[in-house]
Amino acid sequence: MNPGDLVALAPLIVTGGAAVVVMLATPLARSHRLIALLAILGLAAAFGSIVLVWPMQARRLAPLLVIDHYAMFYMGLVLAAAFVVAMLSFGYMHERAVKRCEFYILLLAATLGAEVLAASVHFASFFLGLELLSVSLYALVAYQRTSPLGLEAGIKYLVLAGVSSAMLLFGMALVYATAGTMEFEVLARQAGGAARYGPMMLGGIGLILVGVGFKLSLVPMHLWAPDVYQGAPAPVTAFIATVSKGSVAALLLRYFVSSGFHASETIVWALAAVAIASMVVGNLLALLQENLKRLLAYSSIAHMGYLLVALLASGALAAEAVTYYLVAYFVTMLGALGVVAVLSPRGREAETLADYRGLAWRRPWTAGVLTAMLLSLAGIPLTAGFVGKFYVLAAGVQSGLWYLVIVLVATSVVGLFFYLRVIVALYLRPEGESLAAVGTDATGPSPYRRRLNAGEGEPSPAARDGAILGGLALAGLLAALLVLGVYPAPLIRLIEAAVAVLP
Amino acid sequence: MILVWLLVIPLTGGFLAWALARRSDQAARWVSLLAAAADLAVAGVLWIQSPSHLEYIGGGAWIAQVDWPWIPAFGIRFHLAMDGLSLLMVLLTALLALASVAASWRALRERVGFFHLNLMLVVAGILGVFLATDLFLFYFFWELMLVPMYFLIDIWGHENRHYAAVQFFLFTQASGLLMLLAILGLYFIHGRQTGDYTFDYSRLLGTDLSPTAAMLLMLGFFAAFAVKLPAVPFHTWLPDAHTEAPTAGSVILAGLLLKTGAYGLIRFIVPLFPGAAADFAPIAMAMGVVGILYGAILAFGQTDFKRLVAYTSVSHLGFVLLGVFAWNRLALQGSVMQMIAHGLSTGAFFILVGALQDRLGTRDMGRMGGLWSAMPRMGGMAMFFAMASLGLPGLGNFVGEFLVLLGAWQVSVALASVATAGLVAATIYALWFIHQVFHGPPREPWKPACPAGRPRDLDLREMAILLVLAIALLVLGLYPQPVLDTAGAALEAIQQAAGPLAAAVGGGAP
Repeated sequence: MNPGDLVALAPLIVTGGAAVVVMLATPLARSHRLIALLAILGLAAAFGSIVLVWPMQARRLAPLLVIDHYAMFYMGLVLAAAFVVAMLSFGYMHERAVKRCEFYILLLAATLGAEVLAASVHFASFFLGLELLSVSLYALVAYQRTSPLGLEAGIKYLVLAGVSSAMLLFGMALVYATAGTMEFEVLARQAGGAARYGPMMLGGIGLILVGVGFKLSLVPMHLWAPDVYQGAPAPVTAFIATVSKGSVAALLLRYFVSSGFHASETIVWALAAVAIASMVVGNLLALLQENLKRLLAYSSIAHMGYLLVALLASGALAAEAVTYYLVAYFVTMLGALGVVAVLSPRGREAETLADYRGLAWRRPWTAGVLTAMLLSLAGIPLTAGFVGKFYVLAAGVQSGLWYLVIVLVATSVVGLFFYLRVIVALYLRPEGESLAAVGTDATGPSPYRRRLNAGEGEPSPAARDGAILGGLALAGLLAALLVLGVYPAPLIRLIEAAVAVLP
Repeated sequence: MILVWLLVIPLTGGFLAWALARRSDQAARWVSLLAAAADLAVAGVLWIQSPSHLEYIGGGAWIAQVDWPWIPAFGIRFHLAMDGLSLLMVLLTALLALASVAASWRALRERVGFFHLNLMLVVAGILGVFLATDLFLFYFFWELMLVPMYFLIDIWGHENRHYAAVQFFLFTQASGLLMLLAILGLYFIHGRQTGDYTFDYSRLLGTDLSPTAAMLLMLGFFAAFAVKLPAVPFHTWLPDAHTEAPTAGSVILAGLLLKTGAYGLIRFIVPLFPGAAADFAPIAMAMGVVGILYGAILAFGQTDFKRLVAYTSVSHLGFVLLGVFAWNRLALQGSVMQMIAHGLSTGAFFILVGALQDRLGTRDMGRMGGLWSAMPRMGGMAMFFAMASLGLPGLGNFVGEFLVLLGAWQVSVALASVATAGLVAATIYALWFIHQVFHGPPREPWKPACPAGRPRDLDLREMAILLVLAIALLVLGLYPQPVLDTAGAALEAIQQAAGPLAAAVGGGAP
């Protein structure tokens, strides 16, 4: 370990350091604003350190981690997402009578775990990162201890994640017993392209994929997703949907590409089946959902299926497609769940479709953001989701994966239906009021704001800060969504540099 | 660069109208009207200059071009180009945009700013479709125009608007995705053959495809265009969407959105896949003929006035499908003429029906009758456009249908003969609804809606819009040559690009 290594590790060190600082500051000053500020600054500093480290050569740290452009790219993505989640959390947590400060420690710890995943090239670091992420999430999911749904979600996540971790460990053990190594690259070299795995090796890889599939909520490991999405606080849901899934997907992509699984027909077929099942099940189950958080859960299941299609389309384009798709997915999911977080009134979540009826006429900008996010999920032009979907389809067509591509197209039309259902609700004329009457007060104070402030008189400064932070986060996400949808060239160049390091 | 202005003007107008509507709805209307008028003026200037600016490159006689890099990783360029065909479509778009803004001047009172934003966005999207010559860009605009159209139907539509809007979106999106797959397939096949990964229309022309691949890719494109057109088995979204949309939405849908499908058939299907198109031509022409008859018969069976007009679109666009796949000069010219004439006459019809609905509060023809005495000006206008619709010589629709039939005759006597029956059917439904609505004993449904006792006749604004459209139809019918000339050079270049193979489609030009 030389000084250069330490510099390369800066993003991890800064994130970890921020967690420690927040932890130490919490007992000293139990001020929600200060703690949140520290956490947000810490995440920003970690992101800034990536910008500084980016020009460095790829660096291998012991056998466990590698800090190359790929890892840095995904760390940056994870940190940016965590930054947005922290911004959204401030207003959301402020409305809730719980101990707020510890939330940020857990958030930072989970982010650290996700970063480790993005940089890991070894089973040990893989498992360490995953557990750091998972254990923090157990607490985050059940953070509202007084909410029965939250507790249910927490326990469900705990039990299922525990089982999946056990499977993952067992899979790793099987692979290690067969191959005698836990490094991805060495595994790849041993396979030597022949990729005729024995049953023990196949079983091990299969179990590892089960563990990964659980985190990505791929069918049939998806059962936890709707309940956890619904029960967890909205910012945590956003975190699970993006950071948790994205970092695992980053690892899967690196593992998949570097260990040469494409040569193994068994694995490819298994993954293709999982992809099809995820696309079909995710979209079909979302069809008649009345709960937006559950709907987004099913939608994210389907989106992970799309992602697998890109993953299976081997080649340089595939890695680019996966990465671009993930970025678009991050922006979109953060935006959609961010709207839920911003709108959620004290004591409950704004999650049923009824909550969103006629939102466009009460809060046009918030509704506009949600509309854009839903259109992006559906892959409509001008949004990042469109370019992402185009990328995935291009990768699929290039590799001739016609059956997967056709399923993708068919199911995404089904998907469009339920996104449109939400949009229809957003633009419904409010009941009991004539059109003209509503048109006139469209710019008036929003009922949500009124409800939030009911009985409080003037909003406290912290509540105003929360609203401002939330608004900023949503505006930033909307801008990112449009820029990525209209002028994706700069990001594509960045991604090309990032995935160039994959073998 | 002037092509970019064509897109920027409505976009700016739309956003400006949206912003201004917070202050005054009237300002929003004016801004939107001015934007449409400015677009029309720009297109008009291009038309006047066009004969001296022709440039023959890669499958088109281009009048103007814009070519900027956009997403270099995929070889995607922001490439707009205009030839005579696009120019005519752009003119039609701008004119109908103007008409739809004017038509919703009074009837539309809710959320005026957002309405005009959506209207201008859909116009910009349609213009983009007519101008894009990069297939990715084309698909981009193709999908983009759906969203504002969806909002137009879903927010300002009639009773059953949510169902209609969702159905419209799903149909077009599903077929559009098939086209995207076909575009990607073509892109990679061309790239592997030549090492030139591009979405550029003129460079993709003449890609060497195996017959199976060509047929599959062609069907991908055809799915998208057939849904938009609509060709008969894929038309089910149309009556709902047209009926439920607000007046301006119906004008745009019938007048312009359907034309994007027809335009795509001419511009992309046959030139890109001449062989497959030749094999497919008999089926497509048969679909066209079925559409002509089926649309006419169903139109006759409607009691909802707006739905009736919607079904006449199915019938009229059957002629376009027939003409395009006959693929000789006469039939193609006829198709283009039919696209323009149908846009004008159906646009006018939807404005009339909208005006009628505003006054009577119903579209049910069973509750109308004897309206001529109450509204002579509306009656006269309706009569004129009914005559246009049934193909009266001297009006634009006649020229279009006649040329298509003439061209189709050279390819298949049987199909042309059957299609001619469509003209008879059109006469029946046109006269029948005139009789139902304007003649006979008054059924006085307007009593509750109009306290004055009788509905208002068309006012000056409405007369002005309809007269402009009527005069345009008359000019097309009496002196079609300028339009035929403008389309001619473009069609010739497209036919050449399609190459000798395409001659087999329709047995060669006369």
